[in-house]
Amino acid sequence: MTVDTHTGASPVDPSADRPEDADQWSARLRRTAVEALPPQKLLPDRQPAYVASWIYVFGVLTLAALVVVIATGCVLAIFGPTWWHVSTVGLFVNSLHLWSVEVFFFCMVIHLWGKFFMAAWRGRRRATWITGVVCFVVSVGAAFTGYLSQQNFDSQWISTQAKDGINSTGAGAVFNVTNFGQMIMWHIMLLPLCIVVLVGIHVLLVRLRGVVPPFAPPGDSPGGISENDAGHLVGATGRATATDTNPGAVRPDAGTVS
Amino acid sequence: MSGETTRRGRRHFNPDRDVDQWHGKYLPYDLPKEFAIALLAVVILVVGLAVVLSSPDERPVTVKSWSTADPMDFAQTAITELDGTSGTATYGPPYNDVKGSSQSIGPFSPESWAGVHHPIDTAQDYVLGPLQTLPDDPAVAAAVKAYTSASPAQKATWTAAYEKAIASPSATFTDGALRIPPRGVGPVAPIISGLTDMARSGALDGALLSSHQFYGTDYTKPLLFIADGAYLENLATNQNLGGSQWGMMNETGNYPGQAWLWLYTLWYQVPPMNTSASGDLQVWALMMILTLGLALLPFIPGLRSIPRWSRVYRLIWRQHYRDLAE
Repeated sequence: MTVDTHTGASPVDPSADRPEDADQWSARLRRTAVEALPPQKLLPDRQPAYVASWIYVFGVLTLAALVVVIATGCVLAIFGPTWWHVSTVGLFVNSLHLWSVEVFFFCMVIHLWGKFFMAAWRGRRRATWITGVVCFVVSVGAAFTGYLSQQNFDSQWISTQAKDGINSTGAGAVFNVTNFGQMIMWHIMLLPLCIVVLVGIHVLLVRLRGVVPPFAPPGDSPGGISENDAGHLVGATGRATATDTNPGAVRPDAGTVS
Repeated sequence: MSGETTRRGRRHFNPDRDVDQWHGKYLPYDLPKEFAIALLAVVILVVGLAVVLSSPDERPVTVKSWSTADPMDFAQTAITELDGTSGTATYGPPYNDVKGSSQSIGPFSPESWAGVHHPIDTAQDYVLGPLQTLPDDPAVAAAVKAYTSASPAQKATWTAAYEKAIASPSATFTDGALRIPPRGVGPVAPIISGLTDMARSGALDGALLSSHQFYGTDYTKPLLFIADGAYLENLATNQNLGGSQWGMMNETGNYPGQAWLWLYTLWYQVPPMNTSASGDLQVWALMMILTLGLALLPFIPGLRSIPRWSRVYRLIWRQHYRDLAE
């Protein structure tokens, strides 16, 4: 057996399953992950022909805007909350942050409406829809705490107005919108972390389930995939098949990151 | 359950829940390239908007700027903090325990269930406490001592007289001092005058911070004090930020603000929420139900059929349906 002279390790394919490792957590986790999302499904180079509309672009535009939001937010975080009030460059970075948030929400709302009119939850894509809605709600919270963290007149007015709604729910006991220190921690730490994790799950679910196909034209007899009571996909015959249970297993029909 | 078939464990195809399997063509689609182009487009758009429109940064109101710009409003607010009739003093949880002040829908009152978590005693925290930190003002110290040692009835008599005096047309702020009809106000006059002087010097801003450590980030007390006055609201109304002006979703200047809060703000403009004492709780309850409905839309018969009924999807997939027709 040859040995790598630099590391002393055997040149063994680390992804190869060995019988003695069948119960090993690492092997099982890898096997499950690769089975669920093989590389050609995780990053496909083909899409069904119906993925041909400008509406699909808004999902990826939302992601791109999120990248700019996070990048500009990181620059603001590096220099601290006072910097942009006293520096021209800081004000410009704050402007980039503000407008990337506006673009982010604009694209996300169009994406959401587009997915609504596609009924994009069909075909076991309900979790994708739900995570998308939760992403939207958490993003509203992240933007809101951003407005509260500006340390200017807007922060003062919005916090003193918003406190009544938050307090009425009882949440004001732990979520004090007039506490700048608390709000900025939510804005730069807790909520961005939630958004990144949720968006990651949302995109992985899109890859897993693929882009929702169009409705059958009126009058066409349905011959597609439905669900039994256990939530498993079954074909028109009622028999679950490999293609049915894993639509991406045969062809890389997983969808765009929309 | 609708659509049940005789076969155990299988349901009929439901077009609002299930999909037709795709047997059509697959075309090249380069996701990383699409993302790179999207990122470039967003960066160009955002840089353009930032260069042309910048971002608003209106200076915050301080107790000093408020009391300097509108000392009469400051004094009128200060007396309500002292006699416990201000918005904060009568707010209830989470700031203080005022019976009947919490919002509720029937027996549902989470505000009162959560209780007091950021206690504020407006007379002590906003007026008497800060004045007791002044080292070299024997007249104010004597007035504070006289006031704090008086009976509740006597205090009420003095503060009521002062409220009437400060609201009278003859009350003015001239030559750097409050001038009011002196009848029956007792030590309240030097107390409010002393507090106004303290505020105009800037000393009250620091004294109101919740934390008396060197570092502090909690501005709850000064913010609520400032919000009790009319000055902040007048500035906001001039900027079209008032509650009846959809203020929550706007920001200063000609900027889009939080436009995504339009639905939340809409409910504050319509009855019964715009007049109800529990309007905030009603709006939040409504928004929570609507948000939950949006998230669970795939499970709600009827609502989940709207996309199919609306036929907007034919616009989205118009090429697909055109291909099918040919």
